[in-house]
Amino acid sequence: MIALVNYGAGNLTSVARALQHIGEECTITREHDVIRASDRVIFPGVGAAGEAMEVIRREGLDTAIRHVVAAGIPFLGICLGAQVVLEESEEDGGTPCLGIIPGTAQRFQGPAIKIPHMGWNNLSVRAAHPVLAGVDARAQFYFVHSYYPAPARDEDVIATTDYGISFASIIGRGNVIATQFHIEKSGEHGLRVLKNFCTWNGSVALC
Amino acid sequence: MLSKRIIVCLDVRAGKTTKGIRFTGNIDIGDPIAMAAEYYAQGVDELVFYDITASSDERDIIIDVVEGVAREIFIPFSVGGGIRSLDDMHRVLAAGAEKISINTAAVQNPYLIYQGAKAFGSQCVVLGMDAKKVEQSSVIPSGYEVYINGGRTPAGIDTAQWAKRAQELGAGEICLNSIDADGTNDGYELVLTALISRTVSIPVIASGGAGLPEHVLEVFTETDASAALIASMVHYQRYTVRHIKDYLAERGVPVRRCIS
Repeated sequence: MIALVNYGAGNLTSVARALQHIGEECTITREHDVIRASDRVIFPGVGAAGEAMEVIRREGLDTAIRHVVAAGIPFLGICLGAQVVLEESEEDGGTPCLGIIPGTAQRFQGPAIKIPHMGWNNLSVRAAHPVLAGVDARAQFYFVHSYYPAPARDEDVIATTDYGISFASIIGRGNVIATQFHIEKSGEHGLRVLKNFCTWNGSVALC
Repeated sequence: MLSKRIIVCLDVRAGKTTKGIRFTGNIDIGDPIAMAAEYYAQGVDELVFYDITASSDERDIIIDVVEGVAREIFIPFSVGGGIRSLDDMHRVLAAGAEKISINTAAVQNPYLIYQGAKAFGSQCVVLGMDAKKVEQSSVIPSGYEVYINGGRTPAGIDTAQWAKRAQELGAGEICLNSIDADGTNDGYELVLTALISRTVSIPVIASGGAGLPEHVLEVFTETDASAALIASMVHYQRYTVRHIKDYLAERGVPVRRCIS
């Protein structure tokens, strides 16, 4: 069973619908026991980092997520989920985050680019990863965000995307993978990444 | 590189897609869920559903449409028309829409933009704006006035000022419709689109007047629009989304191509 961590994010049902479409069962939950006992965990997110982290801490979900990560259970962060796995976000005047991957979430700087970064954009894959298996190099994915992940270590960058600057659009470490784009709203290529995650054993070794 | 988006607009009345000319005389052209699936297959980047249902007892039908669409397609889509409160927004978003578009209700109560952005995030809140060319004046310095109630009532406010205000209140995007160009198939209102897309830092969707792929090219090369709304040029099978994107790509506009 896949656990969709429920901290009140708006796109939970979209992710659940996408999973249903590809034939995967999931449960939307904030119960620690359910999260810890699941085969894989998805942390979707939209909205602001400050409010999200407040709910995560209040509900003790940070402890449950750290347990999942330490136990080697495959973990997928989506959008805001790719920012809160870092140590800190610049959003809401500086928000301490989960610290699973070293680094910070930083804000795009105008005025040369429109903010938010909204629409379909490419990936430049830096490190092959099982969740990207069979995904065409020209495929584009749907982004909506004003902050982007800036991991401290290059080896945690799986793919980058150009928008004014080159930023990390997929980050990962061990059994944790996180996409800044919305895989549940990225058409057939997004569904492919989701499907890949659902069969991933959490190891980065490519077979 | 970020692609320019092609967005197909579907007007929905009592569960059926319709297409109107200058806001009047709508005719039924199909089933919105089947049409959404078809445009998804053609590689559309986003869809917009406008609920033009007149009576409130038919409002629930749009929720059924949204749920049906959300089961079929996995790209963003927004819903506009008849959204007047946070509760209306919540219902549409919970049914599976990515964004809601507010127009008349936002003019009457600008605070609704702020409330929606705070509750659901700016990315969910699209300001729909109907604009009409008027004499420049101290009240309407840009020479384009905002109209409400489906383009029937002048609101007495300036489009550029309203766009800026909406951005400050938390709108994530502006869908800018030219009443003069709408339904003409003569091309977008380029002066208006250039003005508004320069005025705000959030993305602007150009709307109204697209009849040919050349019109879409024009709006992307001559203004800062991030997206172009199209309707009749694809609804009547004159063009496919794929054809329009091929045309744009051949002329150097970054678009998301279908990879099969």
